Amino acid sequence: MSKAAELAALIGSQSALSHRNILINGAMQVAQRATSVSDLGGSNDVFAALDRIKYFVGNTAGRFTAEQVAVTDLPGFANAMKLSCTTADTSIAADEFMGFKHLIEGQDVQHLKKGTSEAKSTTLSFYVKGNAAAEYTVELRDIDNDRINTQTFNVTTSWTRVEMTFAPDTTGTYDDDNALSIQMAWWLHAGSTYNGGTFASNSWASRTQNNRVKSSNSSFFDSTSRTLFITGIQYELGEQATPFEHRSFGDELLRCQRYFQSVDNARMTLNVVRQSDNLKRCTLVYPGMRSNPTLVFVESDGDGATISVQETATHGSELRMTGGGDSNVPHVERYTVEAEL
Amino acid sequence: MNITAAQYIENTDYDPPVTRIIQATIDGVEMFVPMTAGNRHYDEIMRQVEAGDLTIADADD
Repeated sequence: MSKAAELAALIGSQSALSHRNILINGAMQVAQRATSVSDLGGSNDVFAALDRIKYFVGNTAGRFTAEQVAVTDLPGFANAMKLSCTTADTSIAADEFMGFKHLIEGQDVQHLKKGTSEAKSTTLSFYVKGNAAAEYTVELRDIDNDRINTQTFNVTTSWTRVEMTFAPDTTGTYDDDNALSIQMAWWLHAGSTYNGGTFASNSWASRTQNNRVKSSNSSFFDSTSRTLFITGIQYELGEQATPFEHRSFGDELLRCQRYFQSVDNARMTLNVVRQSDNLKRCTLVYPGMRSNPTLVFVESDGDGATISVQETATHGSELRMTGGGDSNVPHVERYTVEAEL
Repeated sequence: MNITAAQYIENTDYDPPVTRIIQATIDGVEMFVPMTAGNRHYDEIMRQVEAGDLTIADADD
């Protein structure tokens, strides 16, 4: 096919030439919280290493490490997420599960026209490899209408680009707001509560718990040798996977900061306004977030004063410092704000 | 989430004072949580309150 024909086909599929990737941090460039978090497991649903990725784990003795690692054997990519099993769990109880997921706001997927007669196909692609062959399940879940579409993919010991197209769904629209609408989940371990039913590949249906994962799904916790590397995750409009859309680090960081920001050496003492000997205030300003965030002082020193928060908003927070007298210099060296889905 | 403490914080800049923040200890970390539906920490606090598993203390005078 000529380049012109390829371009025409791409346009014909209604894929944009830029801003195609609906997901953020697909190339695993940004890790504001930590580059490595160990001992994940038990019953947790947490953001740990690598922005925009949430790990879901339940009822298992298995433990794993999640980390951002350098990539040297996949030209075009410098980073990947590596998961390593550190404690195996080969006796899988019915209610066990483990995986990771990307979460997407409804207002960012209105162009998919889901729930209308003009609903579009969408395509997920990513590069993956592991320590050994494995089969896992991806679940595209419509949170607003509690509907799912699932497919499996295979892992080998070499990088493979997985491409899976999801059929359009004319039932149930995504809410046009800043709340969660799409949950894209990679299931790496599941008990019969989730895989004991009838698995239907690439077919939209109301969520039925035991139909969510294929019964032949491998278990990531089957051995402490088990690893999974993944990068270049892209979710886009259209029925074909296009080349991964590389974005600058700054672009990805700013997108991630809509949901989480970790600020070091804030030196907020520079911004303090003294109202009286015992009352000072400070306004913290940051790039716009999805909604009013939770604020955590990771490292601060009231120098005799008590630092508190009056309110948080999408673009800033108001702090209040009481007590300590006239000469004290309360300051915050590091803080985080979080407005994750 | 393991929430071990929660207390309202009153903003006395307003007359009468308003309350828009809950100071909570979640998974061992002290957090200032906005009383905004859709904030995952606030949603979980309210879920535990409604389940009878958590009580939010009044603001300090």
